Amino acid sequence: MRVWKFGDDVDTDAIIQGKYLTFYKPEELAKHAFEGVRPEFAKEVKWGDAIVAGRNFGCGSSREHAPLALLGSGVSMVIAKSFARIFYRNAVNTGLLVLVSEETDAVQDGAEIEVNMKGGWFESGGRRFRIEPIPAFMKEIVSAGGLVPYARGLKEVPLCTGSRR
Amino acid sequence: MAATIVEKIFSRKCGRDIRAGEVVMAPVDRAMIHDITGPLAIEKMREMGGDRVFDPAGVIMLFDHQIPADSIQAAEIHQRMRLFAGEQGIGNLDLREGICHQVMMERGYAAPGEIVVGADSHTCMYGAAGAFATGIGSTDMGFVLRFGALYFRVPESIRCEVEGRFPRRVGPKDLILYITGAVGADGATYQALEFSGNTFSEMEMAGRMTCCNMAIEMGAKAGIVPPDETTWAYIRERRTMEPFDLQSDTDAEYTEFRSFCVDELEPQVALPHNVDRVVSVEETAGVRVDQVFIGSCTNGRYEDLSEAADVLGSSEFSKRVRVIVIPASREEYLKALRAGIIERFIEAGALVEAPCCGPCMGGAFGLLAPKEVSLSTSNRNFRGRQGSTEASIYLCSAATAAASAIYGEITDPREV
Repeated sequence: MRVWKFGDDVDTDAIIQGKYLTFYKPEELAKHAFEGVRPEFAKEVKWGDAIVAGRNFGCGSSREHAPLALLGSGVSMVIAKSFARIFYRNAVNTGLLVLVSEETDAVQDGAEIEVNMKGGWFESGGRRFRIEPIPAFMKEIVSAGGLVPYARGLKEVPLCTGSRR
Repeated sequence: MAATIVEKIFSRKCGRDIRAGEVVMAPVDRAMIHDITGPLAIEKMREMGGDRVFDPAGVIMLFDHQIPADSIQAAEIHQRMRLFAGEQGIGNLDLREGICHQVMMERGYAAPGEIVVGADSHTCMYGAAGAFATGIGSTDMGFVLRFGALYFRVPESIRCEVEGRFPRRVGPKDLILYITGAVGADGATYQALEFSGNTFSEMEMAGRMTCCNMAIEMGAKAGIVPPDETTWAYIRERRTMEPFDLQSDTDAEYTEFRSFCVDELEPQVALPHNVDRVVSVEETAGVRVDQVFIGSCTNGRYEDLSEAADVLGSSEFSKRVRVIVIPASREEYLKALRAGIIERFIEAGALVEAPCCGPCMGGAFGLLAPKEVSLSTSNRNFRGRQGSTEASIYLCSAATAAASAIYGEITDPREV
């Protein structure tokens, strides 16, 4: 799998433009992913490829079409220095793997990438980089495969219960 | 133990002391869905095994992004949502009322101490009413529709203390653009922005809405103005609710304190293609514009339209410019209409459209061709947001927009 490298502040309009929001199917949305900013992406992206980016990935709209477009493209994960809040939650909820790493600057576009979740690292261009652990409160949803399968298992919500970080 | 207003809202809801950093399943007072994110939320609720929404009265549905239907797909989406509303007994406001956030505020669907969610990022606007309000995605909304509750990581707060009086033709939009420039597009990620100081206590609701609306442009989960007389007066006109004390404790913990003074604030402009690339208007003066958009949930209220009309005076808009004016809601439209403002805009050469998101949505109408320049009172200038990805969007106040529309280039409203 290869790396698609992006910079800081990749916004949701860049991922999927407003005019395509009448579509809901990941495979339909995928045809227009990054259309305006990286027109070759939709044609060349291969199943399992990874997006590696800088700070504030997914800023802007609450449109879930953004992670869905990436899922439909076959993108296996997004690794970024940081994520915008709504995109991060949407990604976790829809089952798109989102990982935080401070060290994405050194990763090259087009390079091969290998990720070891258990070990907490990924390798690219002959170097190994550290991945931050997934926050405990998101882990349950991630391991369920998203919020839908998680919710299906709930008889009722544990109202007002919670946990300290 | 001292608490911020946001911590107090969660504590009140759950009947125990809750502090920032805790992850809590909190009940939601109201949930808003619109024509873009709603259909997917409905689908998710069903996938989660839900047949009925948690409380039909707690769900607000309306259409504002693609109205009147601009494509057959949009028409089908509206049709599906109408069916769902009928089936569930949800009072669907359909396409009659205007932009979701404005309508939520003016109908009193957000009030001090409440937790309100919307499937739209600018839901943070209702912090102007002293509510904790945040934008969520469709799957989270599906969960809310099913259970009437959602997991929240209770956010830490950044306190923005603002002092001073706005100079002539400088106002809340200039302030919030300036703050966005200072804090940065991700400077408040996962946190709440609490606005205080005498500038806010003297600010009317419209300005507070403008500021809270743009909290998301700094990555914030919520913006909030602690309720005062102005807030309660606004609420009183809309629903029966006894005022109560809801302020941050003086020794509450904040991640950051920021102070601003508006006495010498200049009109601000955000440059393409990021909201935090903010400069004072004189640095962009003379940039030619093809389209000026006055409207959106950020700046489509009567106060904005009135400010724009004041700058316009008896002038005409430049013939080089397409001026699109869209009041934020039916109520705001009527106020402007009765004040003669709409007539003035039409005389001056503007297109006045019915309340909706308009060009800010970037898929309906008022789109830009490659290389074109738009000056807009809305909240985002991302590449391609209003049409072609080769177009440029500048953001400003209604006063700056009106001044620039007269001359066909970005113009300091103080000079008009």
